[in-house]
Amino acid sequence: MTTTTPRLAPSPTSALSLSRTTATAARVLRQLRHDPRTIAMMILIPCVMLLLLRYVFDGSPRTFDSIGASLLGIFPLITMFLVTSIATLRERTSGTLERLLAMPLGKGDLIAGYALAFGTLAIIQSALATGLAVWILGLDVVGSPWLLLLVALLDALLGTALGLFVSAFAASEFQAVQFMPAVIFPQLLLCGLFTPRDNMHPVLETISDVLPMSYAVDGMNEVLRHTDMTAVFVRDALIVAGCALLVLGLGAATLRRRTA
Amino acid sequence: MMNKESGPLADGTDEEPATPAVHADGLTVVRGPRTVLRGLAFDVPRGQITGLLGPSGCGKSTLMRSIVGTQAKVTGTLDVLGRPAGHPTLRTRIGYVTQAPSVYDDLTVRQNLDYFAAILAPGRAAAERRRTDVTRAIDDVDLATHADSLAGNLSGGQRSRVSLAVALLGTPELLVLDEPTVGLDPVLRRDLWNLFHDIATRRGATLLISSHVMDEAERCHRLLLMREGEILADDTPEALRTRTDTDTVESAFLHLVDQAVEASRTKEHTR
Repeated sequence: MTTTTPRLAPSPTSALSLSRTTATAARVLRQLRHDPRTIAMMILIPCVMLLLLRYVFDGSPRTFDSIGASLLGIFPLITMFLVTSIATLRERTSGTLERLLAMPLGKGDLIAGYALAFGTLAIIQSALATGLAVWILGLDVVGSPWLLLLVALLDALLGTALGLFVSAFAASEFQAVQFMPAVIFPQLLLCGLFTPRDNMHPVLETISDVLPMSYAVDGMNEVLRHTDMTAVFVRDALIVAGCALLVLGLGAATLRRRTA
Repeated sequence: MMNKESGPLADGTDEEPATPAVHADGLTVVRGPRTVLRGLAFDVPRGQITGLLGPSGCGKSTLMRSIVGTQAKVTGTLDVLGRPAGHPTLRTRIGYVTQAPSVYDDLTVRQNLDYFAAILAPGRAAAERRRTDVTRAIDDVDLATHADSLAGNLSGGQRSRVSLAVALLGTPELLVLDEPTVGLDPVLRRDLWNLFHDIATRRGATLLISSHVMDEAERCHRLLLMREGEILADDTPEALRTRTDTDTVESAFLHLVDQAVEASRTKEHTR
């Protein structure tokens, strides 16, 4: 055995290192590649649901337009919320998180790595779902489908952020899954999918004003009805992006190098 | 008194600074309502294997987590490689293996190591060194034939060796190994102890290894015997046997435990 193995130069921990972030993203995607069933489900289920929805509202294509567009924003949020919360919970319980934080990995690297990996998946998922809805199922969208895709991507980031954040409060997979009805369902009910938000009880309408999913759905509907990028669309997109960044920051605060 | 047989430090050829690898004084750790470590004071010399022994629940893992810098609520002095424990520059200089193997079950052995190596030495410039480092670590723990198996499909002993291989990446100066040989067969255990000695003598690293298998204690240069958050003894195995007039470290340990129990009992009586 050789004794003079070259020492890897110690590189200091920085808040965000591009190569550590991409290494983390590549690792997360590699883990998923060993689990093709999960990938298939993440990508196919939104398409199947849209297909189902199209024929549920066979007689009223206007309803399909509105609900379909909203769902294009909601699917990525829910899927990414679920996979991220379980993935980070696993990372916490398997000891790999402790190991990583004892290494020169910045918290930002880990979070950005997850966001990058699941963001990539979200692009594929949303591109397929949007393509299917617009070109095959005849979703009547006035604006550019690219804007639909943009909102879907922001929603996926928001889902990743929320999943990462709540995983800190879940001690088991059972609890993590229960956060889905706790965090997502209220937003689903109040986001304007079932009834326009201004028809709700004023208290609920106010609550819906501060929930990020409301703006995700609003944004989708703006694209549906307007040819150009409207000011409301820009506002909606910025709010969703801002919420995602805020929650990612909160998620970073839940990663502690020292634990009891 | 036993300097004759101690490691490479004693012969003066080592250029390591004179500070010990780990220096603790008044080290206290509180977890919830319990005080897990009570004012520990000890030194771990460089370039040697120090065994950390004691019954389960005595605070071995907490002590190791404190040294690595992942334990919260640590008070007192704890210097590691000349820096306060948990200092950011220590993160590349310490290899740490937790009791439960902490690797990704849904990655192959090589993919696991590739990832952790990329965290330790990021960037394209280090790619070549990373590759040799990963291959060496896999060879060290004798998993070359399983390099492309999923970690989740390996046996318990194999998975803990993957976890050990991760700690060997980057040639750390201090290896903190929490029960690395649990659940391994005698042949593997012997091979790993040979590896540990090799790492200490040829690579000049310091190893702190916890165990509750007493025959492994005989293979350490020094021993820290722990019981209920306190250090019972800090000596070489031979000195321990001589002092307690016993043949094995196991009986020396039992002797010391009995003594400690006796002492605490009389203390209670006199109160």
